[in-house]
Amino acid sequence: MSKVRVLVGTRKGAFILTSDGKRKKWEVSGPHFPGWEIYHVKGSPVDPDRLYASQSSGWFGQVLQCSSDGGKTWAPGGNKFTYAGVPGTHMWYDGTPHPWEFKRVWHLEPSLTDAQTVYAGVEDAAIFRSTDGGANWEEMRGLREHGTGPQWQPGAGGMCLHTIILDPSNPQRMYIAISAAGAFRSDDGGKNWKPINKGLVSNMIPDPTAEVGHCVHHVAMHPDRPGVLFMQKHWDVMRSDDAGDNWREVSGNLPTDFGFAIDVHAHEPETVFVVPIKSDSEHFPLEGKLQVFRSRTGGNEWEPLTRGLPQSDCYVNVLRDAMSVDKLDTCGVYFGTTGGQVYVSPDGGDSWSAIVHDLPTVLSVEVQTLP
Amino acid sequence: MSNPVATIRVLLPYHLRNLARVDGEVTLQVAAPVTLCTVLDALEARYPMLCGTIRDHDTQKRRPFLRFFACEEDLSHDSPDAPLPDPVAAGKEPLLIIGAIAGG
Repeated sequence: MSKVRVLVGTRKGAFILTSDGKRKKWEVSGPHFPGWEIYHVKGSPVDPDRLYASQSSGWFGQVLQCSSDGGKTWAPGGNKFTYAGVPGTHMWYDGTPHPWEFKRVWHLEPSLTDAQTVYAGVEDAAIFRSTDGGANWEEMRGLREHGTGPQWQPGAGGMCLHTIILDPSNPQRMYIAISAAGAFRSDDGGKNWKPINKGLVSNMIPDPTAEVGHCVHHVAMHPDRPGVLFMQKHWDVMRSDDAGDNWREVSGNLPTDFGFAIDVHAHEPETVFVVPIKSDSEHFPLEGKLQVFRSRTGGNEWEPLTRGLPQSDCYVNVLRDAMSVDKLDTCGVYFGTTGGQVYVSPDGGDSWSAIVHDLPTVLSVEVQTLP
Repeated sequence: MSNPVATIRVLLPYHLRNLARVDGEVTLQVAAPVTLCTVLDALEARYPMLCGTIRDHDTQKRRPFLRFFACEEDLSHDSPDAPLPDPVAAGKEPLLIIGAIAGG
């Protein structure tokens, strides 16, 4: 019988939640790396027991951890993330040039074809690659050096590269997203990159339709339709049907289109999940009601999903990497909150329950579907 | 003739002891001169997972929220090439690597 393993990164350690295919009873392992910020944990699709974890601390900087047994044991990998060449400057909050400085790894994306190859999205924004299981890292400098870097500016969370999507149908195609620069695509395995932000409108930047400068919060793709992308922007939920060349808004009837997390149903490429957040000034659900919204039409028409979720006095946030889906026949949907809950819906969003209630602030949630 | 080798005691902060998987003090064999730089070189050689966690990989500068204490003195702003106090070089006193008290 299939089982699921949920990899949870929190502000004070990592936790691993496991269950069988029913997803009713859960075992909780952790905290792993207690006291450290775990921005992201993700497993290799090639070897699901090969896990990578980003461990960081304001005192001790960045550490990378690797596991070859599904998280039972861990060993430190390489943590030297040195920008290629002279990194130059990006734009600071006040519009002045600011030197590129490595701060932490936000997102780890293992290769679809090689368990020893993994990509890291970092703050200040850049993408690195390791081909030796996380021991050594090399910047894919074509992104930072393609030309618009000096115009990139940090969002409130820092200038982070938080999203890396690999196209399963085309090994040469990759997408990344940066707050606050926008989305970018490479069609040659990461050597060259171009901004893909046409159609985004951001009223908080001087030119609302600029080529770069958009605060993209997260992007999601269904692996069967790699040319279709869904984006939760700072404000606006967006969709592209041409690999990011053009975007259109699909916020439709959402009560607010601010938010962070977005994901796509494992078996229904037109079914999308978001968690609307009141505003960029008030990072919590509308009216204290935690609601996931689901569209079965690829956007525009959204329905609230509330069964099992708190509908009063709830003022948590759901961060950008804190939503994921499993691949069981009845697709499970998962998300973690800044209040330390991890919720599961074993029925595609219809009903929810908390796997855990009281973890530290949840930064990321990834799900593995195991045989 | 090679430089004399001293046995140096180092006390790491809690999280770095966990990362390096050590309990209590670390003892290191350090060839003279005994300085912050040579002690940290020896520490990182024995525990490579500590590279980058105490001082920057590239600049070798102390991370901002860490301090170096020994013999009731704050050595954090001393030159990394300055000799450490004699009791540290003699192994009588440990070099303390301290995480600043901050955060939540």
